Amino acid sequence: MCGAPKQGGALAGIDLTTQTVIQGQVWHDGSPVAGAYVRLLDSTDEFTAEVVTSPEGEFRFFAAPGNWKLRSLAPVGRAERTLAAQVGLNETTLAIA
Amino acid sequence: MSRNDVLVTADWAQEHLGDAGIVFVEVDEDTSAYDKGHIEGAVKLDWKTDLQDPLRRDFVDREQFEQLLSAKGIGNDDTVVLYGGNNNWFAAYAYWYFKLYGHREVKLIDGGRKKWELDSRPLSPEAVSRPATQYSASEPDTSIRAFRDEVVSAIGEKNLVDVRSPDEFAGKLVAPAHLPQEGAQRPGHIPTAVNVPWSKAANEDGTFKSDEELAELYADAGLDTSKDTIAYCRIGERSSHTWFVLRELLGHQNVKNYDGSWTEYGSLVGVPIAKGA
Repeated sequence: MCGAPKQGGALAGIDLTTQTVIQGQVWHDGSPVAGAYVRLLDSTDEFTAEVVTSPEGEFRFFAAPGNWKLRSLAPVGRAERTLAAQVGLNETTLAIA
Repeated sequence: MSRNDVLVTADWAQEHLGDAGIVFVEVDEDTSAYDKGHIEGAVKLDWKTDLQDPLRRDFVDREQFEQLLSAKGIGNDDTVVLYGGNNNWFAAYAYWYFKLYGHREVKLIDGGRKKWELDSRPLSPEAVSRPATQYSASEPDTSIRAFRDEVVSAIGEKNLVDVRSPDEFAGKLVAPAHLPQEGAQRPGHIPTAVNVPWSKAANEDGTFKSDEELAELYADAGLDTSKDTIAYCRIGERSSHTWFVLRELLGHQNVKNYDGSWTEYGSLVGVPIAKGA
């Protein structure tokens, strides 16, 4: 339901001909960051969704085609990037400096 | 009712761990979060298996709520301090249940689990058990719960606050973007509803904005304080967050949460729907 499903893992069962999946990993200092909060903001910077990264630092959103911003919050710091998503799989990485 | 009656800081919570008469309760959809680590001494409520009827679409009735709280070791005189993930969505949802069934002292930890984690405060993996109680719940207070017929007749009459994201309100998405975009319901929103996403009421660390910022937010959105208000989202948990803001923090009277929300309204036959921003 409204709680986020387990992050990362296989794409089995996800219809990439209709879903716009934005997924990736959060990294810091050469390692994935588990338990980081990743939020998806729309083209007007409005909050759309937020998930917590998996033990492997993975996150996943189901969005719509268009321009999005990703922002991660963690005790070690924050990172941000924008991307233009299309129907199908859109992969990216958030690197905390 | 004011902020200090209904909200505690993470600092306050950490200073009162283990106090007699205070029960910390974590409420999450993802119960694996609690199992990996929780505030020391906190008990767990699963919003779906503990708070929803297992058969029909409704939440637990008075008797089920009494059994649940008795089993969790929560007494009528305890101060219940709720927190959870998803920026306290489900903790606010549980807060609304506790109020619905007449619990006297209920509070939220400002920022919930996110703030606690971002502050690197301690979490304990140890199992928690409390001696069972004999909890006694009141009849449900339907002055804070809206049902579908009331929502339909509120169109153009009462304040309707749609707290979903702008893309859900506009009908571009039918679910929050961390979930697959599928569902039987039609996209859009209830005509005459204003869109004030729940997230505008919270800071990035999950804490609530100040009373002044919150008052301005809803005034700017055109909320008429002389009218009754109904808040809704997709399944009623994000709108519990806004219900908490309007009724418990800002002290508006006659604010209801429509827990049927878009998954019910967007599936009703024959009701009007609006699309676009």
